[in-house]
Amino acid sequence: MAVDEVTPGGAVTDGAARSAPPRRPPRQPPARPAARRKLPLRVRLRRDWPLLLMTAPGALLLLVFHYLPTLGNVVAFQDYNPYAGEGVLAPYVNSEWIGFGNFESLFKDPAFWDAVRNTLSITAFQLVFFFPLPIAVAIMLHNLLSARLRTVVQTVIYLPHFFSWVLVVAFFVQMLGGAGLLADALRDVGLRPWDVMTNPDTFIVLVTAESVWKDLGWGTIVFLAALSMIDQNLYEAAAADGAGRWRRLWHITLPGLRPVIVLLLILRLGDALNVGFEQYILQRDAVGRQAAEVLDTFVYYLGITTGNFGYGAAAGLFKAVIGLVLILLANKVAHMLGEQGVYSRR
Amino acid sequence: MTINTAAAYRRGRTTRPVWEEPPTPVGQVAKGALLIGMMLAVVLPLWSVVVTSFSSRRTINEAGGMVMIPRDFDPSAYALIFSRGEVAKAVWISVIVAVAGTAISLSLTVLAAYGLSRPGTVAHKPLLFWFLMTFLIYPGLVPSYLVVTGLGLKDSLWALILPSAISAFNLVVIRAFFMNIPTELIDSARIDGAGEWRILARIVLPLSKAVVAVVGLFYAVGYWNAFFNAILYIDDPEKRVVQLVLRGYILQGQAPQMGGQPVNFPGFNNVIPPTLAVKMAVVVVTLVPVAIVYPFVQRHFIKGVIIGAIKG
Repeated sequence: MAVDEVTPGGAVTDGAARSAPPRRPPRQPPARPAARRKLPLRVRLRRDWPLLLMTAPGALLLLVFHYLPTLGNVVAFQDYNPYAGEGVLAPYVNSEWIGFGNFESLFKDPAFWDAVRNTLSITAFQLVFFFPLPIAVAIMLHNLLSARLRTVVQTVIYLPHFFSWVLVVAFFVQMLGGAGLLADALRDVGLRPWDVMTNPDTFIVLVTAESVWKDLGWGTIVFLAALSMIDQNLYEAAAADGAGRWRRLWHITLPGLRPVIVLLLILRLGDALNVGFEQYILQRDAVGRQAAEVLDTFVYYLGITTGNFGYGAAAGLFKAVIGLVLILLANKVAHMLGEQGVYSRR
Repeated sequence: MTINTAAAYRRGRTTRPVWEEPPTPVGQVAKGALLIGMMLAVVLPLWSVVVTSFSSRRTINEAGGMVMIPRDFDPSAYALIFSRGEVAKAVWISVIVAVAGTAISLSLTVLAAYGLSRPGTVAHKPLLFWFLMTFLIYPGLVPSYLVVTGLGLKDSLWALILPSAISAFNLVVIRAFFMNIPTELIDSARIDGAGEWRILARIVLPLSKAVVAVVGLFYAVGYWNAFFNAILYIDDPEKRVVQLVLRGYILQGQAPQMGGQPVNFPGFNNVIPPTLAVKMAVVVVTLVPVAIVYPFVQRHFIKGVIIGAIKG
């Protein structure tokens, strides 16, 4: 499916500089005079070619490193052999086509379903225990009266967003690991320390804690922006009518945040199979495959380190297609609920 | 409107409206504890890492591991990691990738954002679609790997730059800014005979310094922090990036190999720095560029992110 969608797009960019665009822009901003659309193509090309030239390098880069690999998903239907013939394209042409063979063995592979289960559990867990936190913190920050205090808090809690996952995991190892600060403190008071960094049973809590530490502050930004756009008169009117702070929170603040919350929920659901790669590959060795294998690491270990490219590509394609379907579905549901959704413009 | 939003956001509220009830003592204590807790959760680990990296063997032994209270100042760990090739080389590689990558990414993004900033030009809609579709379609790990290695980029630093060089999100942010620049300015420049390149360089870019700087810093931090592409494409130990070295030291226990070694660095002859301090020194080295860049980004990013969030 993803493959089909690219071909027309590919043709478009290819021909963009030479031939007519397949579609005229249906809507023009009101500032543009209507006469402008009637200009013949040759005149428009002479006018616009510098702009096309500027767009070209970026578009070409996407062609090579985004859309060509998307087409390359054909290896999911092959018994791909990287050594089948000379040249860049030869392996694709010479490898044996096996239809849905890769998918059949994939769906029979318990390790694959483990990875799917881990991924979905982590997504669900984080939806409950991570997603609401930035909303709460944003509301709290928004209500602070001291601008200076707010700036200080923001400056501090945004910072971990800019740390790499290696750093974040390193911090957690040094704080909570077997030789970390927490274990030292526990030993000092005579308790037996436990090592959360290598415990598969609590891994889901650990990765959520790491994500919260890294991105809780950053996640508040978008909610703070939404909060600042809520009409303050609503609060005053509600207070005059006798609504207390909790009722105002429930009837004004949360409805005001609803579009943003729905938007982020859609994005998160569309990303349900995407929990990130770096965080998991860093800890997979310490915690073990059973708990820490997610779809991305599964694709990496099966597809790339063991060289089973067709198989790995099948798992990746499965993930991409499900992800696309999920985001389209979630957006549809949002539209049905009367929300704007992600791409209402189109 | 976006600008107003950002201004309102920065200003926030500073006085309590008369109709609002005063906070309860319990609520205030809880709020204060939460705020302090959140800040400590960030600050304490940082503090402890920095202090430990400068601690002597005795201090570390007394603390039984990570040090919270500095007792002495011993920079021998830093002397060790910079006297030996590995970390210094990795830092150098990472700096090259971050600088070159940011230059490439930023030029491509700014050019494409300007090229796409005028609806109604030839092929505007399909080209924009071409960029935005990257939000919805992921090519997948294996096919990307096959393309990059098929192009002969295995063990090449280009493999760390080109596959992720252009981010549609950043493009949308810059494009939104460009589109807010009054058309009259651009039209008058054109009447004076300026071409698109000159308009971009002389009028549009000088007006967009802030947003371009923020996006550039985002790219730079991204390149510095990235290690996924390095795992995939770089096998050559000479080309390891700093994040990979950090991973090796902290998470894969490679530090002890060098921890027992004496330093050969002016002023530190035959000092054997404690292993833990060496590990923490590598953490600090990885952290420093981000810490340098952060205040600059921090001043501007709220605005940039808000524009992106609204228009995207």
